[in-house]
Amino acid sequence: MSDLTHLTLAEARDGLKRKDFKARELADAYLAAIEAANSSLNAYITVTADKAQSMAQASDKRLQTGDTRPLEGIPLGIKDLFCTKGVHSQAASHVLDGFKPDYESTVTANLWADGAVMLGKLNMDEFAMGSSNETSYYGPVTNPWRRAGSNQSLVPGGSSGGSASAVAGFLCAGATATDTGGSIRQPAGLTGTVGTKPTYGRCSRWGIVAFASSLDQAGPLARTVRDNAILLRSMASVDELDTTSVDKPVPDYEAVVGEGVKGLKIGIPKEYRMDGMADEIEALWQRGIEWMRDAGAEIVDISLPHTKYALPAYYIVAPAEASSNLARYDGVRYGLRVPGDDIIDMYEKSRSAGFGAEVKRRVLIGTYVLSSGYYDAYYLRAQKVRTLIKRDFETVFAEGVDAILTPTTPNAAFAPGEITDPVAMYLNDIFTVTVNMAGLPGISVPAGLDAAGLPLGLQLIGRPFDEETLFRAGQVIEDAAGRFEPENWWA
Amino acid sequence: MSVTKDTVKHVARLARIAVTEEEAERMTGELSSILDWVDQLNEVDVDGVEPMTSVVETAMKMREDTVTKGGHPGVVVGNAPVEDDNFFVVPKVVE
Repeated sequence: MSDLTHLTLAEARDGLKRKDFKARELADAYLAAIEAANSSLNAYITVTADKAQSMAQASDKRLQTGDTRPLEGIPLGIKDLFCTKGVHSQAASHVLDGFKPDYESTVTANLWADGAVMLGKLNMDEFAMGSSNETSYYGPVTNPWRRAGSNQSLVPGGSSGGSASAVAGFLCAGATATDTGGSIRQPAGLTGTVGTKPTYGRCSRWGIVAFASSLDQAGPLARTVRDNAILLRSMASVDELDTTSVDKPVPDYEAVVGEGVKGLKIGIPKEYRMDGMADEIEALWQRGIEWMRDAGAEIVDISLPHTKYALPAYYIVAPAEASSNLARYDGVRYGLRVPGDDIIDMYEKSRSAGFGAEVKRRVLIGTYVLSSGYYDAYYLRAQKVRTLIKRDFETVFAEGVDAILTPTTPNAAFAPGEITDPVAMYLNDIFTVTVNMAGLPGISVPAGLDAAGLPLGLQLIGRPFDEETLFRAGQVIEDAAGRFEPENWWA
Repeated sequence: MSVTKDTVKHVARLARIAVTEEEAERMTGELSSILDWVDQLNEVDVDGVEPMTSVVETAMKMREDTVTKGGHPGVVVGNAPVEDDNFFVVPKVVE
């Protein structure tokens, strides 16, 4: 029954309802797939097989009686950034060694309340800091995709690299992920999967390990646009435990999938046409524009003049917030503790042993830009630039643009160790980071393969709280491009 | 803007992260190149621009000032590396 793992989330849901197979069979098929693949892909940090089986059995009872919930029996992988009660929740960091929370994040609690089944915790860049999933304490994640005729390992992108690899490699029906500067959309782009970063405030941040609180947002990563719509409806909620959770009802996103883009105005920002952009990326973008036009959308050229400043501003704001958020890892309340001569020595040794190189780099940058005498020059200026970036988007939306179409990444998946310069790695998020800076929703949808046979994605950016337009337009890309599956070499 | 090795060590001290000489050396280069790169923000005219404080316009939520949860000291210290009788234990801080 290993074919069960190749069903989309929607197909699995419908098959369960029709009683074509049992939730327990579906969970077992995924557990077997993980068992066979994880030594190659390293997508899961921990597998919760017993939990998955008992949750699936509970779902089978409900499916038997017809008392089914929206995600009844659907096996999901959960990014290690989400707190899950009694289960490994370490943000893939050594500093949280042994941490098992006594509480459940709001997003995962919502998923379980809707009947989903937990397969385990997914690998990621440490504290969600990275674009290649090479910074995890639990080792790098491997992309199920390889270049045609090559057995060279490639990165899955990051920071939600485990989520992307598990979805692309059929090790879960869908996954939770988080996106601070592109951490859902960039790995989705590099693995031929669909990932949605919702509007800031749509999903509760409660119980998700904080990286940069004004930018962090949870979202789904799955194999189709429809599957993203289904998952987001369950993940999103209004939550009094998160003061930035926005008090708006959650729409039935799936209902609009398939409504198309006829009459919508799709903006094409000229600033995303970067110098030296690969011809393949440009060609992909042009194809996307044609698909939108063919589906009845009006294409308009737009300008977002502050685009080039989004990434440098991000690398002030995000590390500043991270340095503050990560101050809590002090060897006192949870996680790793390295003894020292006095309390400060203990703090310094625990943090030095617990944080990896990229996390240390960002904490130091953040501490520096917030330190006395530099606050105005860096942090305050970056927050002003952020206002301008947001204003750029508000201007084009006010002119009637419904969504914006761009490439997701400037390149396809690359090899581990290929990018070692921090700034060069940061540039992988050049097309995605503006969305976080402005708090907007974005989706990445696979749109084609490059000459080496690797997937490339297109990104759609929407108005605040208008994820529905993204699912409508995303489906147009999926219908035109088709879906992409890697050849199985890993199991 | 370039930073010196002494600055890196000072910032590491502020951040309570012990760094070796080699780490400080390496980070001096890395932090300098990152700070040089973010210096392009100086090209932007930000006169009269309000710094962003909230990315989504929303009113601050208020609630009654009452205890919502509590009385679980064992749970609170449950993940502590060292605890004693529901207290976090730290090295001596007062002489």
